[in-house]
Amino acid sequence: MDFSYDNEQTALREAVAGLLTKAYGGDERRTVTRSEPGFDEATWGRLAEMGVLGLPFAEADGGMGAGPVEVALVATEMGKVLAPEPFVETVVLAGGLIAALGTETQRTELLTAIAEGTSIVVLAHAEPGLRWSPSAGSVTAEQSGDSWTLTGVKEPVPHGARADSFVVSARTADGATQLFLVGGDAEGLTRTGYRTHDGGRAARVAFAGTPAELLGEAGGDRTADVERALAMARIAYANESVGAMDTALAMTSEYLTTRKQFGVTLNKFQALTFRAADMYVSLELARSIALWATMVADAGGDVVLAADRARLTTSRAGRHIGKEAIQLHGGIGVTAEYKVGHYTSRLTAIDHQLGDGDWALGRLAAGVAGHESVDPLS
Amino acid sequence: MRLQLSPEDQSFREEMRTFFTREFPESIRDAVKAHRELTRDQIVESQRVLNKAGLAVPHWPVEYGGHDWTPLQRHIWHEEMQAAYVPAPLAFNTSMVGPVIAAFGTQEQKDRFLPATANLDIWWCQGFSEPEAGSDLASLRTSAVREGDEFVVNGQKTWTTLGQHADWIFCLVRTDPHAVKKQRGISFLLFPMDSPGVTLRPIELLDGGHEVNEVFFEDVRVPAENLVGEENRGWDYAKFLLGNERVGVAPVGHVKRLVAEAKRHAGEITVGDSTLLADPLLAARIAELENDLLSLELTALRVVANSADGKPHPASSVLKLRGTELQQAATELLVDVAGPDSLASFATEGSDVPEWARVVTPQYLNFRKASIYGGSNEVQRTIIAGTILGL
Ligand SMILES: Cc1cc2nc3c(=O)[nH]c(=O)nc-3n(C[C@H](O)[C@H](O)[C@H](O)COP(=O)(O)OP(=O)(O)OC[C@H]3O[C@@H](n4cnc5c(N)ncnc54)[C@H](O)[C@@H]3O)c2cc1C
Repeated sequence: MDFSYDNEQTALREAVAGLLTKAYGGDERRTVTRSEPGFDEATWGRLAEMGVLGLPFAEADGGMGAGPVEVALVATEMGKVLAPEPFVETVVLAGGLIAALGTETQRTELLTAIAEGTSIVVLAHAEPGLRWSPSAGSVTAEQSGDSWTLTGVKEPVPHGARADSFVVSARTADGATQLFLVGGDAEGLTRTGYRTHDGGRAARVAFAGTPAELLGEAGGDRTADVERALAMARIAYANESVGAMDTALAMTSEYLTTRKQFGVTLNKFQALTFRAADMYVSLELARSIALWATMVADAGGDVVLAADRARLTTSRAGRHIGKEAIQLHGGIGVTAEYKVGHYTSRLTAIDHQLGDGDWALGRLAAGVAGHESVDPLS
Repeated sequence: MRLQLSPEDQSFREEMRTFFTREFPESIRDAVKAHRELTRDQIVESQRVLNKAGLAVPHWPVEYGGHDWTPLQRHIWHEEMQAAYVPAPLAFNTSMVGPVIAAFGTQEQKDRFLPATANLDIWWCQGFSEPEAGSDLASLRTSAVREGDEFVVNGQKTWTTLGQHADWIFCLVRTDPHAVKKQRGISFLLFPMDSPGVTLRPIELLDGGHEVNEVFFEDVRVPAENLVGEENRGWDYAKFLLGNERVGVAPVGHVKRLVAEAKRHAGEITVGDSTLLADPLLAARIAELENDLLSLELTALRVVANSADGKPHPASSVLKLRGTELQQAATELLVDVAGPDSLASFATEGSDVPEWARVVTPQYLNFRKASIYGGSNEVQRTIIAGTILGL
């Protein structure tokens, strides 16, 4: 086991950090997230130029042939500055499904476009009331001859208003979950976008007999594929949240050494410095498990289980650090004008995106009888 | 010791419940129920309805609209009001400046301000905190210099809640910059928000809402008759104000409402072939929260019953500390019940995500404030350790 990055990975991390600090080192994020599409197209283009948007895709599909470790370090850097670009959503989630299931034509076409930054593709999977299920709910797919149409509502779909195209999960007549590709300008497609509390974007995406193309070859149920893609995205989010926690704690420590009350800086109150120390403990434990889950993914291990473990710990740590970061700042922490609260907001969003801590705990609890102890080195 | 309410208190409770649920405007209760932000007009209307029924300022002196209720009756009044989704009367008026004027004001001030304050004809805001004076309130620097029969006020307040709606501000100002103890040089001053030299800048909070402001004073001229009590004794009045209220310190009714709401929604969300409410983890979490809340409510009742001497009971710090923690836990529970739907926080009409699920995360983020304002939870711990435990 080795937690360190190789030279190439270190160089990638430095390059991404440099790019993102330039983009979001100051107050830029607030301006960017206040206007559409909620992220910076120029930054997206620069990430593409750097090769970041094609990292996990095969070279034959227009990608860089890198893996989960590279994805994780990009996600961590994005988390540090709360970059609002849809990296995990487009590259890891939608891109991951296309890479895993798409036909050769679909892969070369769509993955190249994602990698070049010319197309934002997102997964339209969530449905109101459907709690983090890997199967489709009420959106249905109807086949006539070789062609398919979709009907129903997906919501909230991350960046659903801006997306150029969608990977959509739907139920076929036999009750199976299938995945489809739908262009943003497809007939009978309506989307209504809105802001999310963390400054991001989501949309209600409605299909009314909307023409769709099957992703990959016709086959059985795609639930397990969705589950796997969601797990890869959970691991990426775990790393993104560690980046966000890292900055939230750094800002808090910095604030404690500068804010004065009662004639002294706040770090003179041990009641507060101990709280920061506890945040550090949470952060480091979360970091370890996020990196471990990343290595499991890299080694081709059980990503679903690893993602659940990472989710539980990062969810708990994210809540702890998010709440304390605000509390130790006092009033300024709950304002939109000061950055620290945005970290809490983002951590809250990530937590509820693909299954929260208690949800992961429920799944893990169901499996405790199946092993004597947990060994990270298997 | 006795568990039951006396027959008298039972009928008192019935009376309160009937009024709040039958006679209070339904539209306002519905807005509170849906977590919608109330308009200024709704808040004013609400308080006037309460005041007309003699229910806005029960803890004030009888001659100014109060009642000789027992502390238990006041507790019942407060709980029934919250249970019925009736907005509490504006705290700045009824719990803060009103009791101070009643206790320390001149007869003229009482006649001029108290009826208008009870009826929300004057909307007050609280000008205590400053950018450099938060937990360390006594270090405030906004100055008031006596010139003839006027004070000239310069400086800045911040976090002024609903200052944008306010007609008047009650302000702590420094009148003696040379006082040996910084608490000794502070006075309690009242003036209109439209006085020349007062400007307001809105502060946006994490939920996107506008409920607090910065307020700037530049050579604001205030007639000396608007000084409350004695010059340089303002700190005593501020302490009286902050420690005055024990009833309603713990937002028990509000938390109960939030938990009940979470249970209702969880019961309607399907998970597998059951509901979310049947999920053992969620059910255990709710059971624990309900039990915590029960012990808090009982403590509130105990503290209220022991406060007959009119002095602040130090255990009210327990109520503030634990009350805000449970309030925050309940807002978090609602976000978790909404789950993935909670992401649709600013969805507009036409969204398939129900309205309640859209407001829960902004509400959760907003309520991080509860452990910060009104004496942060660290300040409450300092009081418990120092005043109660003598540490
Ligand atoms: C939404 C909101 C509404 C408000 N409304 C009003 C209003 O209407 N009028 C008004 O006057 N004020 C209002 N306040 C201000 C509120 O009272 C202050 O925010 C509060 O006193 C804390 O001050 P601060 O924000 O400057 O934090 P700081 O005092 O800077 O505190 C920062 C952190 O340090 C901790 N801390 C500070 N000193 C100590 C110590 N000695 N030991 C241990 N911990 C310590 C605090 O608890 C906090 O966690 C409001 C605040 C908020 C957030």
